[in-house]
Amino acid sequence: MLIETKGLKKTFKSRGKEVEAVRGVDLAVKEGEVFGLLGPNGAGKTTTMRMLSTLIEPTEGHAVVCGHDLAKESANVRRDIGYVGQEGGTWGEVTAREELVMQGRLYGMSKRRAQQRALEVLAAFQLEDYADRTVKTYSGGQKRRLDIALGIMHEPKLLFLDEPTTGLDPQSRAHMWDEVRALRDRGTAIFITTHYLDEADALCDRLAIIDHGEIVAEGTPLDLKKAVAGDVVAIGVAAQSAEAVELLGAKDFVREIESGEPDPATGVALLRMYVDDGAAALPELLRALDAQDISPASIELHRPSLDDVFLKQTGRSLREEH
Amino acid sequence: MKALHDTWLVYSRAMKLNIKQPVWLVVMIIQPLYFLIFFAPLLNSFDDVPGGMPGFQNGAMETFVPGLIIMMALFGSTFVGFGLIAELRAGVIERMRVTPVSRAALLIGRTLATVTTTLVQALILVLLAAPIGGLSIYWPGVFLMFGIIILTSFMLGALSYGVAIVLKSEDTLAPVLNTFVQPIMLLSGIMLPMALAPQWLQNVADFNPFYYAVEAARSLFSGEMGADAIWQAAAYIGALAIVLVWWATRKFARAVA
Repeated sequence: MLIETKGLKKTFKSRGKEVEAVRGVDLAVKEGEVFGLLGPNGAGKTTTMRMLSTLIEPTEGHAVVCGHDLAKESANVRRDIGYVGQEGGTWGEVTAREELVMQGRLYGMSKRRAQQRALEVLAAFQLEDYADRTVKTYSGGQKRRLDIALGIMHEPKLLFLDEPTTGLDPQSRAHMWDEVRALRDRGTAIFITTHYLDEADALCDRLAIIDHGEIVAEGTPLDLKKAVAGDVVAIGVAAQSAEAVELLGAKDFVREIESGEPDPATGVALLRMYVDDGAAALPELLRALDAQDISPASIELHRPSLDDVFLKQTGRSLREEH
Repeated sequence: MKALHDTWLVYSRAMKLNIKQPVWLVVMIIQPLYFLIFFAPLLNSFDDVPGGMPGFQNGAMETFVPGLIIMMALFGSTFVGFGLIAELRAGVIERMRVTPVSRAALLIGRTLATVTTTLVQALILVLLAAPIGGLSIYWPGVFLMFGIIILTSFMLGALSYGVAIVLKSEDTLAPVLNTFVQPIMLLSGIMLPMALAPQWLQNVADFNPFYYAVEAARSLFSGEMGADAIWQAAAYIGALAIVLVWWATRKFARAVA
C-alpha cells in the first residue's frame, strides 16, 4: 500500500467557528494505480490531498504515505511524493528549464544530474521548444504540462494531482489523461482529485467518492456502478408526477423511484428509477402511464453512471452543481 | 549543511529573478535621489545658523545622507512581500513546500536576496550622494554602516514576507505595511534629527529601533566609530531580526495558500 489512512480529520477555525472540512477519512491506495477522489466542490478533496502531501497537518487520525508515518516522518514522505497543486506552481520571468533544474536541486540532485533529468522531462512532456521561454508566455496546456513535469522531476513513487484538468480545453484535457496514463504505465501511482464524472470514470483504476468530508463509496468505477444494480430509467412528466411515482413504484421490477423537482421553465419533473432490466421494463412502464392518461415528455434509459452512484449515496446529483 | 545548501539554492533563484527585473533597482534608487536633489538643499542653510542647529553638528549633508540611506533600506525591504504574493497565488511557494527543502531556507534565501539588492542600492546611493551633496566619504565608517543596513534589511525583509504570507493579498498588504512604516520613518529622525524634537517625541523615538539605526549611520558616516548608537542599533535590530526571522520561518512552514 502506498497510502493508508485511518480516521483522517481536519478542522479549520474560521472567525471563531470550527469548520469540519474532512471528518474521518479511511483510504487505501495501491502501488501503481490511478486512484481518484471524486466529489463536489467543498467536499474535502483538496484538504485530504493537502494533508497527505504534508502541506497541512491533520487535526486527528493517522496516515502512512510511501511507508512513512505522515506525522512523524514528513521529510521522508516529501522525498517520495510529487505534488501538483490546482494553481500549478510557476510564475513570471522564470523559464521551464531553470525551474526544472531548480526543482531537481531542491530534491538534492547535483546540478549536472538535474540538468540531465530536466532534458528527459522536457522531452517527455514535449516542452523542448519552449524550454528557454519564460513561463508567462505559455498557453494553458503548456503550463499544465510543465506543472506536472515539475512534479515528477525526482521520479516520485506517488504523484498527487489536484484537479489537473480544471480550466483546460477538451483537447488539452485529453492530452492530460494520456500523460497520466503514461505515468501510470511507467510505474508511478497517481492520486487525483476531480469533480468531473467522466474523468473519474475514464482515468481511475479505483476511486472514492467524498461528500461533506466523508467517503461515501469506494471501489473500481465498474464495481461502484454495478452496486447501483440494474439500469436507470428516467421519465419526464409534465403533470401528475406524484401519481406517476405511485403507479410506477408499485411495479415489482422497479427497485427504487424518486422524483426530481419540476423544471421551472417547462414544468417537467424527472422521475428516476432503477430497474432490473431496462429494455423489458420500458414498454411496461409506458403502458402503465398510458392507462392513466399520463403522457411522458421524455424517456431515457441508460446504464448507471458514477453520477447515479453519487445520487444514490447522497441524494444529490453531482451534475446539478456544475 | 543541507540548510545552508538549500538557502543558497533559494537565494540564487531569487537573485536570478531580481537580475531579470533590473527596473526595480532603478526605481528604488530614484526615490532617495529625489530627496537628495529636491529636499536636501533646503537643509544647507542650517549650516549658516549661528551656534549651529541641534543635531546638525556634523554638517547638513553629513547628517541627511546617512538617514536617507537608512530610509532607502527601510522602504526597499518593507515592500518585498508584494513579489511573494504573486508567487503564493501561482502555487510556487506551495510547490516548494512539498519538496524536502529546508523550511528556514525558503524564507532566509529570499530575505538574503533582498539584503543583497538593498546593499547594491546603498552603495550606488553613497557613490552618487558624494558628488551631489559635496561629501567626502569615510569608507571604514561606511562599511560598518553597511552592517547596520544588512541587519535592517534582513529584519524588514523577513517581516514583509511573513506579513505577506499571513495576508495573502496586495490590497491589504499595502495599507498594513504603510501604517507600520510611516510612523517608524517619521520617528527615526531621517528628515530632521530627533534632537529638534520636543521631549515627548524624543521619548517615543527612544523605542524606535530605526532611530538608533539612523543615529548610528550618522556617527559612522562622520567617523565617530565609538558612538553608543552604533552598538545600540546593532543590538536592537539584531535581536528583532532574530525574532522576526524565526516568526516568518514558522509562517512559511505552515502557510496555507
